[in-house]
Amino acid sequence: MKHVIELKVNGDSYQVAVDPWRTLNEVLREDLNLTGTKLGCGTGDCGACTVLLDGRTVSSCLTLAVEAAGKDIRTVEGLAPSGEELHPIQEAFIEEGAIQCGFCTAGMELSAKYLLDRNPAPTEREIRASMSGNLCRCTGYDKIVAAVDAAARKMK
Amino acid sequence: MIVRFEYFAPKSLDEVLRLLDEYGPDACLLAGGTDLLLKIRAGAVTPTAVIAIKAVKGLDLISFDTTKGLFIGATALLSDFAGHPAVTKHYPALRDAALATANVQVRNMGTVIGNLCNASPCADNAPTLIAMGGTAVVESRNGGRCVPLEDFFKGPGQSVIGPGEIVTSVTVPVPPKGSGASYLSLSQRSRVDMSAVGAGVFVRLESSRIAQASIVMGSVGPVPMRASKAEAILAGKRPSAALFARAGEAAAKESKPISDVRASASYRRQAVGVLVERALGEAAARAKGD
Repeated sequence: MKHVIELKVNGDSYQVAVDPWRTLNEVLREDLNLTGTKLGCGTGDCGACTVLLDGRTVSSCLTLAVEAAGKDIRTVEGLAPSGEELHPIQEAFIEEGAIQCGFCTAGMELSAKYLLDRNPAPTEREIRASMSGNLCRCTGYDKIVAAVDAAARKMK
Repeated sequence: MIVRFEYFAPKSLDEVLRLLDEYGPDACLLAGGTDLLLKIRAGAVTPTAVIAIKAVKGLDLISFDTTKGLFIGATALLSDFAGHPAVTKHYPALRDAALATANVQVRNMGTVIGNLCNASPCADNAPTLIAMGGTAVVESRNGGRCVPLEDFFKGPGQSVIGPGEIVTSVTVPVPPKGSGASYLSLSQRSRVDMSAVGAGVFVRLESSRIAQASIVMGSVGPVPMRASKAEAILAGKRPSAALFARAGEAAAKESKPISDVRASASYRRQAVGVLVERALGEAAARAKGD
């Protein structure tokens, strides 16, 4: 039986009818066409599917859409304040060259936001620990760490 | 693989128990879902009813009382548990074990008790909770029972929890004066994947001698296992590096590891001895208040 639920994504409200076994990742990408959130491993290891649920990073591949009903969902599409400007985290990722293929970037940026919301001036060690649930096969991580550090300074 | 199921999100424990009773072995409880959804996709479990418990009010409680000890509710998140001031202050080894579990995102979804109920031999939160004398509070429509965590695990993926039952909380006694605990683990990719081997230990000192020692090893047998011969070596002795090295060697001999994707049996046996030795050192230092 389908469940009719309300998903609040980036401040917009969507009413969707979903089968209970569908994941938040599937519904975001397939029903709402919010394809900024990626699907990597599908097992909660890689972090490419990371979204913020009530302010906390979660793996959308392991979250049932019905479990996210009524909660505040933030995806990479909601990070920039407008269509004209980028979020300081996004600016920093570009300026530091922290993006190569880009597949991990949406998850990386949301994990960075989760960290900086709680800890506006993290040490390198804290950045690395906090970003450890997001894997990147291109950059070797150094530039991502530098970007999070730069974003922290921009956001002061 | 798509497995179809009905989904329920009851708001009260009574309703959870009623649904568990109605669906019996065809029901699965969903807390964080980080293990359950993988098992469902792999076809390892095929529930017709998934009963989500995060909407039950108060089930996420974490509290500490200087006489009753620590209370961990069924839906207490690993991240909330690891960040709880009382856990950090009184149970640093339990905090370390929670932080060693999976990655940031999974700790934001998954629960301490879900990690236990999944009953993996590598469950990071099991060894230290067992070593510190934790007890599971189990409820069903027919009443409740308490199960010492030492008796909780029956085999890989198997616990004493039967159809109709739910673990509503785990309690841990107040750490006695002069005691300390430690959890150490190793995995292939440091802090983000499942532990290949782990050791949780608890020691209590009296007049500078070891009055009590519990050593529980993870991922070196079908369930988290006690190293009783290693514990016997410690009894009544003065803590020392040489003593802990001997206990580690004994623990390694007692372990019964297998080879799998995460590590070989010979690596696990060697590593668990080293982890037991180091964890004893850390627990003894904490016991002395260092």
